[in-house]
Amino acid sequence: MLSLLKTMWTVFLHLFRRKITVSYPEEKPYVPPRWRGRIILSCDPDGGERCVACYLCAVACPVDCIALQAAEDEHGRRYPEFFRINFSRCIFCGFCEEACPAYAIQLTTDFEMGEYKRQNLVYEKEDLLISGPGKYPGYNFYRTAGLSIEGKDKGEAENELPPVDVRGIMP
Amino acid sequence: MNDVTGHLIIIFGVLFAFMTIAGGLIWVERRLLAMWQDRYGPNRVGPFGLFQVIADMVKIFAKEDWIPPFADKPVFVLAPVIIVLSALMSFTVLPLAPGVGVVDLNIGLLFFLAMSSLGVYSITLAGWASGSKYSLLGGLRAAAQMLSYEVFMGLSLMGVVMMAGSFNLGDIVEAQKGMWFCIPQFLGLAVFIISGVAETHRLPFDLPEAESELVAGFHAEYSGIKFGMFFVGEYLGITLISALIATLFFGGWLGPVFPPIVWFFIKTAVFICGFILLRASLPRPRYDQLMALGWKVMLPLSLANLMVTAAVLLATGK
Repeated sequence: MLSLLKTMWTVFLHLFRRKITVSYPEEKPYVPPRWRGRIILSCDPDGGERCVACYLCAVACPVDCIALQAAEDEHGRRYPEFFRINFSRCIFCGFCEEACPAYAIQLTTDFEMGEYKRQNLVYEKEDLLISGPGKYPGYNFYRTAGLSIEGKDKGEAENELPPVDVRGIMP
Repeated sequence: MNDVTGHLIIIFGVLFAFMTIAGGLIWVERRLLAMWQDRYGPNRVGPFGLFQVIADMVKIFAKEDWIPPFADKPVFVLAPVIIVLSALMSFTVLPLAPGVGVVDLNIGLLFFLAMSSLGVYSITLAGWASGSKYSLLGGLRAAAQMLSYEVFMGLSLMGVVMMAGSFNLGDIVEAQKGMWFCIPQFLGLAVFIISGVAETHRLPFDLPEAESELVAGFHAEYSGIKFGMFFVGEYLGITLISALIATLFFGGWLGPVFPPIVWFFIKTAVFICGFILLRASLPRPRYDQLMALGWKVMLPLSLANLMVTAAVLLATGK
């Protein structure tokens, strides 16, 4: 009997405790910087698209929500002709970000993506592409990779030695 | 003519006031439960979430009002009406302030006891008419629970009746001018509160409903406004029992400074909050524990209270 009254008193005292609820729209919760939210496509510091349309993100995606078509421009750079992410399917696992060799696809801290129409959750390339480099400020894939494009031949990339002449006999 | 209008005003005033309280309790209960669980509860619709009641009402009116094909149709429809009616009828004998009440019955207390027993029919019939096993189990439990708790609910009030010398609720309040009956009739109060909780089948004595065992017990098959009626009936029951505790044991409208009617509603509100606190804190006992508590503890207690009160009254020669 006494324990019941004690229980009631304890519960009553909870009236004066601080509430655990975070009243969300007015009061934003803490979002860690590595939060896996809305996916973006970043650009390199020179303003070019980072994505090289290698399809690795589409392959890695466990729910097949990424669709793209590779193309090549006149300089020999590959780029996606279209890039489409269906966010109504996306599970925000971050596998695409891990798979990306060019740091192009990245997950951000934005999670407020509510829509009234499901179709509006399908993001096209112009919705995904941002102007900045995202999490990797200085990185430029074509400037560091050994791929030859117009204006940069093999061996001319940063930290890259000139190609070895395999037929030469000099050490 | 003027007399008739006055009566009509009182009748509709009482109806309106108590229906509003019962409706508002939806919000009060959710808010208070949330507060006691370190949450906020509904606070979005209107100021402090007060319009939640309206939103809930709109929703429940718009719901499909479905009657299961295996149900006993007329009884199924009638059952929720009975609970609201019997609860509303009991309010007629309550004196809100000196002279303010729907009827001034000199057997007011007996009328309340009769009406609260009628309320049981609603639940038992609902459980029976639903034609499903969980509902039937709930109805059965309600019948047994009411049967055992009705007995000493009446007995616990007899001490008050003896001290006041009247069944009239107004006279009982007047008799508390010197001292509220909660002090001399402490045992009666305790027994009445416990049986009142059982009478309104609120937690921790909500065995007819028992979501965790019987789905929703007697109203498992109900939907839409019929379900709403059961809910309003339950809240009306809480209001009624709280008002009666205030009237019978805590001096009803008596109190300093404020006008009598304000005191009546303040006291009632405190006990309503008590009901909700009970729900927030206590677990539901097992069915046999409930019965054992009723017959083995509460009945002897109320009988002892009755005897002692009678003996003291006789000895002091009142």
